[in-house]
Amino acid sequence: MYQTLHIATKEFKDYFISPIAYIVISLFLVVTGWFFFSTFFIFDRADMRNFFSLLPTIFSFIIPAVTMRLFSEEINVGSYETLMTLPVSFRDIALGKFLAATAFSGCMLLPTLAYPLCISMIGEVDFGPVIGGYLGALLLAGAYCSLGIFASSMTRNQIVAFILGAAICFTLTILDRILFFTPASLTEIIGFLGTNTHFQSISKGVIDSRDILYFLSVMFLGLFGTYLVMQKKN
Amino acid sequence: MIQVENLTKYYNSFCAVDGISLNIRKGEILGLLGPNGAGKTTTLRMLTGFFNPTSGTIKVKDLEMPGDTLKIKELMGYLPESAPLYHNMLVFDYLTYVAKVRGLKGDEITNRLHELSHLCGLSDIMHKSVDELSKGLKQRVGLAHAMMTDPEILILDEPTSGLDPNQIAEIRSIIRRIGKEKTIIFSTHILSEAEATCDRIVIVNKGRVVADDTTENLKNRAQKTTCFTLALYGDSGKEILDLLQSIDKSLAVRQLAEKESGISLYEIRSSEARDFRKDIYLKIKETDWIMAELTRESQSLEHIFQELTKGV
Repeated sequence: MYQTLHIATKEFKDYFISPIAYIVISLFLVVTGWFFFSTFFIFDRADMRNFFSLLPTIFSFIIPAVTMRLFSEEINVGSYETLMTLPVSFRDIALGKFLAATAFSGCMLLPTLAYPLCISMIGEVDFGPVIGGYLGALLLAGAYCSLGIFASSMTRNQIVAFILGAAICFTLTILDRILFFTPASLTEIIGFLGTNTHFQSISKGVIDSRDILYFLSVMFLGLFGTYLVMQKKN
Repeated sequence: MIQVENLTKYYNSFCAVDGISLNIRKGEILGLLGPNGAGKTTTLRMLTGFFNPTSGTIKVKDLEMPGDTLKIKELMGYLPESAPLYHNMLVFDYLTYVAKVRGLKGDEITNRLHELSHLCGLSDIMHKSVDELSKGLKQRVGLAHAMMTDPEILILDEPTSGLDPNQIAEIRSIIRRIGKEKTIIFSTHILSEAEATCDRIVIVNKGRVVADDTTENLKNRAQKTTCFTLALYGDSGKEILDLLQSIDKSLAVRQLAEKESGISLYEIRSSEARDFRKDIYLKIKETDWIMAELTRESQSLEHIFQELTKGV
């Protein structure tokens, strides 16, 4: 277990050693800040609903950029061999990297806590949906991190990993909006598979165990997929 | 210490390692030799648990792969070829990280890093970023990485490849120093290196073991035949062949292509480990031929290696 934590700490620190962290966080804040506040005063409501409805789309492009290097860089440099021959299991490695990426996404969300605080100064904020929203955002980030890691394990090229990861995450995000094209009998199942419905229901402040279970399953499946891919490589 | 039986590895339909069996004793320095692509790296990767063998078993002490892979990894230190390290980390940070993952704590880490920086000569580069290091320095950091917990078994994949002669000598002396108490397996395609450092040499070719013996025995095997080269002024024709042949029955004489004009070259091979130089000299002295050169070629491992790994 302590190996998982050491790996997670190392990966987490790595983000802040390189410029990636600062670029990604600034980009995230600029994009969300602009899209959220440009219409905020037009709607004239003291809530964060618009912010949270933006998140899945923005995350599906930002998170793969966070995770793209996790495996592909190791495979490319060859350090994966050094890592795997330390007394650690694959579970430690995958879980460590996953925790680091999720924690980093948390750091990315941290500055946005200023939004509800600022809004509360100019209006009455219902903190239930805000707390739910942040919880959902973390779960969503976790799910996308796991899928991004999966994409990263498939290739030694980080750019390919990013595009692949973004494609997977974006597809899941828009899945419930393209139900129009699916046969009627499958609408419900496919709608359930998308991340958006689950995330929106949590971000309304409705914490349903089904939604939480959904995100946990996506995380598990992503990491298990990574395991299968890496197993196949050896 | 390590028992390997019938180890086989297929990459799709390509057979990289074909039924290798080895028995490595405690405290032995084993050199794994072979031409490029012979399956050295693949074998080492399977020994370290990085690759799963297609078939065959690996036993270390009484632990067996794949069931006890984690425990086996704890006993082993491994330096992969060209020491792939995280290039964005400082040497100190990197080694601390490895120490933590390997389960060292607090003061242990500091003490061990001290020892290792002495042993591998890292004190001046501890604060440098890994990607600033030259190849030799990286190799040393890799060696420190492998020896972090003072493991019983060290596996080094071409530890001296791409280094300059001074660095090679350094790495070799480190290997010999630590090899006194540890079991070391290292691969190389430089024969003199194996000859200088190993107790035992295993030569692999095309995924198979073609020789497995102590360095001494292999050398003796090499020295069983002796070979002399004789250079004479002028063209002495067939006569000299008969003359040389008359020295001893065990000799095989043949004329070599001319090296410089006016000098003929002869190769005299003997299946006996006897020094015929004196006999050859006296024989030539009886005639009026003038000797330009007479040398004995020392048969080294190289001959055996070339013989065993010649393309089939």
